[in-house]
Amino acid sequence: MNRNRRLIIFQDNAWVPSTAVIRKITPEIEGVKTFLLELADSQVTRAYTFRPGQFNMLYVPGAGEAAISMSGDPDSSRLLAHTIRFAGNVTRRIGSLQVGDSLGLRGPFGTGWPLEECAGRDLILVAGGIGLPPLRPLIYHLLAEREQYGRIYLLYGARSPEMRLYTSEFQAWSEKGLVIKETVDRKTLGWQGNVGVVPLLLDQLEAFDPERAILMICGPEVMMRFTARSAMQRGMTSEQIWVSTERNMQCAVGMCGHCQLGPEFVCKDGPVFRYDQISPYLLVEGL
Amino acid sequence: MSTQRHSSYSCFLSYDQFAKIFDVLHAFDYEVIGPTLEQEAIVYGSIRTVDDLPRGWTDIQEPGRYRLQQREDDALFGYVVGPHSWKQFLFPPVSTLSTADRTDVGWQFSEAKQEFPKVAYLGVRACEIAAMQIQDRVFLEGPYVDHEYQSRRRQALIIAVNCTQAASTCFCTSMNTGPRCQQGFDLALTELPEGFLVEVATPEGEAVINSLESEDVTPEIETAAETARQNAVEQIKKELDTTDIRNLLMSNLEHPHWDEVAERCLSCTNCTMVCPTCFCSSVEEVSDLSGDHVERQRQWDSCFNVSFSYMNGGLVRNSIRNRYRQWLTHKLATWNDQFGTSGCVGCGRCITWCPVGIDLTEEVAILRQSQEQSLLESEQEADHLPG
Ligand SMILES: Cc1cc2nc3c(=O)[nH]c(=O)nc-3n(C[C@H](O)[C@H](O)[C@H](O)COP(=O)(O)OP(=O)(O)OC[C@H]3O[C@@H](n4cnc5c(N)ncnc54)[C@H](O)[C@@H]3O)c2cc1C
Ligand code: SF4
Ligand code: SF4
Repeated sequence: MNRNRRLIIFQDNAWVPSTAVIRKITPEIEGVKTFLLELADSQVTRAYTFRPGQFNMLYVPGAGEAAISMSGDPDSSRLLAHTIRFAGNVTRRIGSLQVGDSLGLRGPFGTGWPLEECAGRDLILVAGGIGLPPLRPLIYHLLAEREQYGRIYLLYGARSPEMRLYTSEFQAWSEKGLVIKETVDRKTLGWQGNVGVVPLLLDQLEAFDPERAILMICGPEVMMRFTARSAMQRGMTSEQIWVSTERNMQCAVGMCGHCQLGPEFVCKDGPVFRYDQISPYLLVEGL
Repeated sequence: MSTQRHSSYSCFLSYDQFAKIFDVLHAFDYEVIGPTLEQEAIVYGSIRTVDDLPRGWTDIQEPGRYRLQQREDDALFGYVVGPHSWKQFLFPPVSTLSTADRTDVGWQFSEAKQEFPKVAYLGVRACEIAAMQIQDRVFLEGPYVDHEYQSRRRQALIIAVNCTQAASTCFCTSMNTGPRCQQGFDLALTELPEGFLVEVATPEGEAVINSLESEDVTPEIETAAETARQNAVEQIKKELDTTDIRNLLMSNLEHPHWDEVAERCLSCTNCTMVCPTCFCSSVEEVSDLSGDHVERQRQWDSCFNVSFSYMNGGLVRNSIRNRYRQWLTHKLATWNDQFGTSGCVGCGRCITWCPVGIDLTEEVAILRQSQEQSLLESEQEADHLPG
């Protein structure tokens, strides 16, 4: 699949990282922070562009690498935002770094969200938990040229109200024409909104054109499966649905074998796939 | 090996002249790697003289079984493939990918500095050339190029040997990879009682041959070589029916037979280690004591290792069934989607070196029989439907 494929632009050896310096760290929620990174080589910075949905390999020497999606604005990418959940060895080490510290960066890798499909259509973005960061570049991009699209929804599910990311931006996004619907698994005091799983938000969604809408989902695999199923019950086809998948990744260039999902290498053929292409494999337990 | 077009021709080398090829190769600065005896197996290692070759030995192979036996003649290449493959030289089991050094202006990263010697690979069989060409697709012909593999491959002189016998585990004829070497070599030898018929395919190969005293090929030699090569074809008994094999495997992902194989398979990784095309790897950090100099090391890994599919604190392939299924479907089915070729060349190593003798050709045959059976049954059912 050649869609969206871009060759690595800043190192002709895809294994060698570039130096990136941490310019800003923003705490988001418990255990999650956003890091703004600046590539040390200004030539590399100038050449670096990414598409919403792509990712970098961030590297802490001595600890290792982790695949992290860009979470910032793709149209002004001098400082590269990465929103990181401290899950294990590498991500915790990133979490212990300070402004001014450096790390390694390889990328951008993978396909992105299907921008070329979006013009003139209703768009439904669905995020579960830490699935929102890979969608944020898309939100920025869509809202910057809002008039080109039909209705745009963000359906967002979090474990609890405190675990919602980027809430300080929700007002601005709404004003620019993004309809945000939220749900949480567990409510806490003061929460007036929905309680329940994300697919319910889709079930309740009134105004959209199921025949032409595009659905883009990022979150846990079960959530993506159930959301896709709801969408198909609403009359959408699997060709209108796109999901961002995750697998173990060591190389990000289709040579280490880890990220295979059936015939696809999640790193280079994905992580964003059209649902009809990936569901035959995604739905097989343990593949 | 040169990719330059070169009209190939043949000549004959006596055993005496062949013995001198090692000096010639060394004079051309090639390190020579070829078959040699070690720990009761024929493995690939450094060859200094013709006496390092396993003269007068042959191998007997069966599922889960390998042993050496003395031949009745002094043949130098009278065996087939052993536990090693050339993959260990072109794509080494451990190699350094990049280095990181802590400096005043932060971490600096560079490509690992490595020297790549010129290597002559002697005794490469047809299935092994095919395996190299499959790894070329993985490491050289995709959107990204692996620099180390590329450098090693460019420095390689391939001196192939046509098989004149086959093991019970060989099925290259099913995979269209052998036993005759068709292309992808600099020189190809066919061993005869008096010496070697040599096909010269590239200028690099020709330079080596020109340094030796070769003779013209007589029709008798031509016929004898043909007979010797035909001998291998006739000895190949194992078959893998590859008809629509991609869909056969991918439409049977939930077949109960995977559970049956899983009861035998030990998930030991042997099959993937000996396979000349398996390319999976993992990366590890190797740090000096101060932590200021760190190297990233790539090491062979295997889809049979439990941690291979580790993600988010869990395992994607959390059972032997899932891991065996991944191996076989990748090798014989999805490899085609990914690289436009099967991942199997029919060398039989995974059959011989499986401690419990699992034979992939038999596992596929069982899936095929079961599919044909259920097709038949559904046709019969259709016949009984009214109307
Ligand atoms: C394309 C892609 C995009 C991604 N984008 C993002 C992103 O934008 N933001 C983000 O935060 N993440 C993202 N991820 C996920 C991120 O890559 C992983 O969380 C990260 O690689 C984890 O690495 P680690 O070394 O920190 O954790 P690991 O050490 O791999 O550990 C992860 C989890 O497993 C547990 N664990 C560790 N070792 C073991 C063991 N031996 N056995 C069992 N459990 C163990 C840990 O406690 C932890 O819960 C993305 C992944 C992919 C593939
Ligand atoms: S799968 Fe087995 S027979 Fe096929 S190339 Fe690999 S080791 Fe040889
Ligand atoms: S098939 Fe045989 S060699 Fe391969 S992992 Fe299983 S037991 Fe080991």
